[in-house]
Amino acid sequence: MALQKPYADIPGTTIFDADQARRGYHLNMFCMSLMKPDNREAFKADERRYLDRWPMTEEQKQAVLARDYNRMIAAGGNIYYLAKIFSCDGKSFQFAAASMTGMTQEAYAQMMLSGGRAPEGLPDEQDNDHG
Amino acid sequence: MARITAGVATSHVPAIGAAIDQGKTRDPYWAPLFDGYDFSKRWIAAAKPDVIFLVYNDHASAFSLDIVPTFAIGCADRFEPADEGWGPRPVPNVIGAPELASHIAQSVIESDFDLTIINSMKVDHGLTVPLSLMFGQPAAWPCKVIPLAVNVVLYPPPSGNRCYQLGKAIRRAVASFDQDLNVQIWGTGGMSHQLQGPRAGLINTVFDQQYLDRLILNPAELATMPHLQYMREAGSEGIELVMWLIMRGALDERVVVRHRFYHVPASNTAVGHLILENPT
Repeated sequence: MALQKPYADIPGTTIFDADQARRGYHLNMFCMSLMKPDNREAFKADERRYLDRWPMTEEQKQAVLARDYNRMIAAGGNIYYLAKIFSCDGKSFQFAAASMTGMTQEAYAQMMLSGGRAPEGLPDEQDNDHG
Repeated sequence: MARITAGVATSHVPAIGAAIDQGKTRDPYWAPLFDGYDFSKRWIAAAKPDVIFLVYNDHASAFSLDIVPTFAIGCADRFEPADEGWGPRPVPNVIGAPELASHIAQSVIESDFDLTIINSMKVDHGLTVPLSLMFGQPAAWPCKVIPLAVNVVLYPPPSGNRCYQLGKAIRRAVASFDQDLNVQIWGTGGMSHQLQGPRAGLINTVFDQQYLDRLILNPAELATMPHLQYMREAGSEGIELVMWLIMRGALDERVVVRHRFYHVPASNTAVGHLILENPT
């Protein structure tokens, strides 16, 4: 029997379950490698060359190079692993989160200062499927 | 005899650690948050715990996808801060309490909670940010810490009721340790937040305030809340709140609320904070 996924219909959300973890194993393990300063330097020096050391899919590599966090999540990335990429870039969680919403940094920061996104609220143009 | 005297709940947002480390706590953005912990610093200076049993989650720092323990207890004599991608936080090493930790592990495993034993690991912001919020920036942490890492990253985390019952088992274990120790239990993470996807930035103040009420007054009923409700109403990362139930399970049924604080936002997150004492 396949995994039961009662959470699949939560809008704008990908739950990091066993299927996603399998899909994203090498992507996430690449992210872990960025916890070592030497690896960060090697990645920054030549991103493509560093990515090619990992048995990731081309889609995963392209998503990393484009810093497209929604694409990385769709390809099995988990946000706490992906955090090693934006930390390596000197960027914050708020920067990464904003980039996934389609909002500008300023608009996202202002939304948070105004109390955040209402639970039922989603940008109108976004679809619900990122799995 | 060792005893659990109090519980602390607090969020553990990484940006809070960065604000402390970079001397920004009095900036207009951060001051209202840190003001909410002024009482807490005075309270803990007077409470003088010997050991903190600190429930938190690792954020892909000590554990990768190679090994994902549901509950992992740190039995080492020290834990260094992890490098999460921008260098380790400039905070003291965390000093463990190996004898008590091993005693708790043996006791709760023998009462059906199969903890993973960790004898070497680094600790990330999930553990060090709560210490910074409560103690500020001392040269050394003033007490020992037993880390309990809970998986809330790879679905599914343990159920709320499993967490609540584990808290009760930890309480019994502490009470059967024969040294005279003042032990606190902390539950960290939460409150409502979502860090991923188009729904990132979700905050649910109504959910959070009700959660605080129910955690104080009716935790056994709160422990039955299904994961789906956390993820739907408190955001995909709001599921971290199950860890607060371990803390609550280790306290008396009726507790004294010494402090309650709630603030939005810290970066992407709603910050909740409670100090609960067992009546003496």
